Amino acid sequence: MIRDFGIVWSEHSLLLSGLANTAILSTLSAVAALLLGFMVTPALMSKRPAVSGLARLFVDGMRCVPFLLFAYIVYYGFPSFGVRLDNWTSGLAALTIYNAAYMAEILRGAWVVQPREPIEAGVAFGFSEIRLFRRIILPPLLLSAGPVIGNQMIQIIKDSAFLSIIALPELTHAASSIQSRHYVPFAAFITAVFLYWGLCLIIEAGVSSIGRVAEARR
Amino acid sequence: MADSNKVLDVAGVSKRFGNVEVLSDVSFRVDKGETICVLGPSGSGKSTLLRCINWLERPDAGQIYLNGERVGINNAGIVMGDRDLSKIRTRIGMVFQHFALWPHLTVLQNLMEAPVQVQKRPKAEVLDEAVALLSKVGLSDKRDAFPAKLSGGQKQRVGIARALAMRPDLLLFDEPTSALDPELVGEVLVVMRDLAREGMTMVIVTHEMAFARDAATRVLFLDRGRAVETGSPDKFFSNPETDRARQFLQRYAGDVASSRR
Repeated sequence: MIRDFGIVWSEHSLLLSGLANTAILSTLSAVAALLLGFMVTPALMSKRPAVSGLARLFVDGMRCVPFLLFAYIVYYGFPSFGVRLDNWTSGLAALTIYNAAYMAEILRGAWVVQPREPIEAGVAFGFSEIRLFRRIILPPLLLSAGPVIGNQMIQIIKDSAFLSIIALPELTHAASSIQSRHYVPFAAFITAVFLYWGLCLIIEAGVSSIGRVAEARR
Repeated sequence: MADSNKVLDVAGVSKRFGNVEVLSDVSFRVDKGETICVLGPSGSGKSTLLRCINWLERPDAGQIYLNGERVGINNAGIVMGDRDLSKIRTRIGMVFQHFALWPHLTVLQNLMEAPVQVQKRPKAEVLDEAVALLSKVGLSDKRDAFPAKLSGGQKQRVGIARALAMRPDLLLFDEPTSALDPELVGEVLVVMRDLAREGMTMVIVTHEMAFARDAATRVLFLDRGRAVETGSPDKFFSNPETDRARQFLQRYAGDVASSRR
């Protein structure tokens, strides 16, 4: 068994590049999903039924599709409409779009329980449209939804493992290559598990620092 | 407008919520430096009237002019877009019943947010003014505290300072002491009394009868959405014209006698 881990160690550069790719993929798509969520959330809350209906359709649609299937559609399905994306682009797009729906729903949930008066004060003091959302509505939302957003980021990291099926050289893909090359499945996969765990610990640390910022304001 | 003394002119404002007529044909004017106290039973439309002035509620009928400029309707007779409305709203300060401070910002940031972000005034100038305003309301030591850490009375004094930081032409107060513990009401009223003395133009919805009697230049009595009576506080409190006002005052008579400060 020790020997198996020795073999995995001999492939550490492959694992590390997989880890780096997973980190890049997750970070980029988490940030992009959150930014996209910032745009979808006001649409969900819109008083215009057409706007909120469309946003609701997107959010509910995404939440009811398994991520693996959605990744297949983007990578294998889109080319039939002439949209041919390489595995990095389709992986990033799939992770981003899919999780934007969750981010939007998380922010909407935090929005509806916010007290109405501070937002109304924003309006009374001359804030409107984008400035109202960015300066007055959004910051308390991020503080109160911080832990749930962190949770979703962990979900993004785990979902990114699915992208090994479209040959994206991320962590699961690297572990899987090592095991098939050297026949050391347990050592290869358990090492990957610990590396995923490390990434999640970083997110946890981020969440708890947001928590401290929020606590000071509560 | 020829009358340069007139800050606010409310003409025939009506507002319904569904089948309920909350305001009907309310008219009054506020001159520069006046303190108008709006009195009346609960549900008489006082808060709605206040919220119509800066178009937080859109009136169904009537006109509102701030320094001769129509609020809510542009020159072409069309309802203003958010941007035009925002511009007018920056000239009307508002103090809320439940303070409505922005929870993610410190006290000082609460004061500076709208002057810097909306009015686009230079930060250094706004900072100096905000610091001075905090000392005026007696909260210099709380400048870096978050609203959640303040008492109700302190929150409301921040609320007043935040409104003043906009250098408004007119200040609206929506029951500023109703959410406060009785022992905290006094510290807020002191600040408001000072403002009245300094000649700030204010419209104050309140149930503090003693305050209205001492500090108001005029009283506006609303009942069931109608402006039933208006006049000097002396006359209103000692010799009201209508039965409705008399009944209302009887209910509060004890208050006025006992809470006179």
